[in-house]
Amino acid sequence: MQLIKDQKIIDDPQQFIADDQPLPSQGNITVSLARWQKDRTQLLKTAGKLGVRLEPTDATATIADDLSKLALVEVNFPLYTDGRAFSHARHLRHHYRFQGEIRAVGQFMADQVFYLSRVGVNSFQLADTEKLPIALSTLKDFSSSYQ
Amino acid sequence: MYQYNDTDQTLINERVAQFKNQTERFLKGEIAEDHYRSLRLMNGIYIQTHAPMLRIAVPYGLLSSVQLRKLAHIARTYDKGYCHVTTRQNIQFNWPELAQTPDILAELATVQMHAIQTSGNCMRNTTSDPLAGVCIDEIADPRAYCEIIRQWTSFHPEFAYLPRKFKIAVTGATHDRAATKFHDIGLHLVKNHSGECGFIVYVGGGLGRTPVIGQVIKPFLEPKHLLSYLEAILRIYNLFGRRDNKYKARIKILVREEGLENFTQLVEAEWATIKDGTELSQDRINAIQAHFKPPAYETLSSQNNGYSDQLQNDVAFAKWVKYNTADHKVSGYRAVYLSLKAPEVPPGDLTDGQLDAIADLAEAYSFGEVRTTHRQNLIFADIKLTDLFTVWQKLTALNLATPNIGTATDIICCPGLDFCSLANAGSIGITKEINAALDDMDYVHDLGDIKINFSGCMNGCAHQSVGNIGILGVDKKGVEWYQLTLGGSSENDAAIGERLGPAIAKQEITAAILDILDVYVKERLNSDEHFLTTVKRIGLDPFVEQVYATH
Repeated sequence: MQLIKDQKIIDDPQQFIADDQPLPSQGNITVSLARWQKDRTQLLKTAGKLGVRLEPTDATATIADDLSKLALVEVNFPLYTDGRAFSHARHLRHHYRFQGEIRAVGQFMADQVFYLSRVGVNSFQLADTEKLPIALSTLKDFSSSYQ
Repeated sequence: MYQYNDTDQTLINERVAQFKNQTERFLKGEIAEDHYRSLRLMNGIYIQTHAPMLRIAVPYGLLSSVQLRKLAHIARTYDKGYCHVTTRQNIQFNWPELAQTPDILAELATVQMHAIQTSGNCMRNTTSDPLAGVCIDEIADPRAYCEIIRQWTSFHPEFAYLPRKFKIAVTGATHDRAATKFHDIGLHLVKNHSGECGFIVYVGGGLGRTPVIGQVIKPFLEPKHLLSYLEAILRIYNLFGRRDNKYKARIKILVREEGLENFTQLVEAEWATIKDGTELSQDRINAIQAHFKPPAYETLSSQNNGYSDQLQNDVAFAKWVKYNTADHKVSGYRAVYLSLKAPEVPPGDLTDGQLDAIADLAEAYSFGEVRTTHRQNLIFADIKLTDLFTVWQKLTALNLATPNIGTATDIICCPGLDFCSLANAGSIGITKEINAALDDMDYVHDLGDIKINFSGCMNGCAHQSVGNIGILGVDKKGVEWYQLTLGGSSENDAAIGERLGPAIAKQEITAAILDILDVYVKERLNSDEHFLTTVKRIGLDPFVEQVYATH
């Protein structure tokens, strides 16, 4: 599946493993926070880049100590109106100084990509990949900011 | 007033281009209806009963003559020749075409205006004291801080999809004219014992279905920490505010369910991680304050023989001065209210012709500026005593000098069932009826200071729950009924009105209001006892008896 990362449209090198699927022993995999907490030891042996997906109700503090082991944190939008992902991304970037990839996933809009980029999200997996070019173009909507 | 720099102007222009593009994509079917809805709301566009409604931001109520003329032009060109002043000091147009709204926003941008974040679940326009900078009870001028907050809230990337809308009000005077305790955040400028300025921060106030009086979360906040403290409150609200039920999603519910103490701890803990390194510099505060320097006042005496004679010789003029003007901190000047509550006129409405004429008067007599008020009137902040008589005559000719500010006919009223798709009942028609029944100005003046607030549904846009007399339209099986409350106040003595009893039928509501006023006149200790004081002293019973005995 394609996504935007660092202002380019690329093929997704990462694979999300649902909670009821077996964990592969290698590859770049992303799991839910619950799966991470349950299978952390096994996951850390995986040969590949690791990611954790945060739901709006998850707290960033729960993965704070593990951030150095993660290449990717996903912030999920069950609904585009659920703005908690914005604060999660902000916390990860500014409070925990996370340097890895922060990816928006789920039901967000192409027209939210600019604000997401401003709180530290640098990759965008839109449900509708046809919207990737327009999402990419919206990153240039504003040339400065007040905050 | 604040003048845009290049960055401000660029941002506003870029927003116009962004929304134009979004609207074009929507009209081509490339943006889903639901998605476009949230985008248009954050650009001030609602879909109403008859047409889209466009709400334009008037930052903390300040307007220039140039902006007034642009509003007049928009009213003429894109609407039906009028606009409406809201309780949050904004301006609404009720009849624009959706496809034309990007053009209207482009026109507004040419005069440093916009409709950004005037609706939607985001941080809204910051409101303030309409007498800021000129009133005699001012501790410190709030306008520079309002502008700092305006900039910070505008396009804030993290807080654009909050659980619900979020409103901030700031006052710097001892008398609260901005209903700050009924805002999500209310800020009071105060001085500490060392004479330094700071803010008392109130949180969790609100009106609507569940009126709540805000509580103090921070007794003294240094100005340099203003934005980081706001940020901490907003972040805690964004993360923990309820999203499962839109009627329980405002911060007031979070504060109530969490408890003030726990909520404060969450905010303080967040604030501790961000406050250092993000302080507002004194240079920045000074630079913004420089935009609000006093205008070039003349050195005048507070006594003027011509003016004294005019007061002496013209009773109508003297009455207008008494009710529609306010003391000014500079001698020889007064602040003048333009009443948008003439009988027969929908409360808060202004025509294009009035807007143009007001712009002319502002330029001739009040340094080219006008303010909008929370009670849906306008103010010329700086009128010389020697100009008052002329200004009065000119305002009278414009039907803007009804001497009723603060009285029973200065009714705050929402658009009601005539315009609003949310309303359960009409409000403008009954307001006219009440006005007609109170056509004896001497009686209205004798009643004194009474605030009547009238909303057509429980969303409470006209703040009925804090009216001294509140009227709330309700729908009972398709019939319009009205619920009355007494004793509310949005000022220093903040209080939520108590329900008088069962709802009253439409054809009897005006008589019920007259009964309430009648009981007050009979029961007050003397003509100096305000309506609110009488209600507090005697309770609701005497009012209940008379209203329900006859209806």
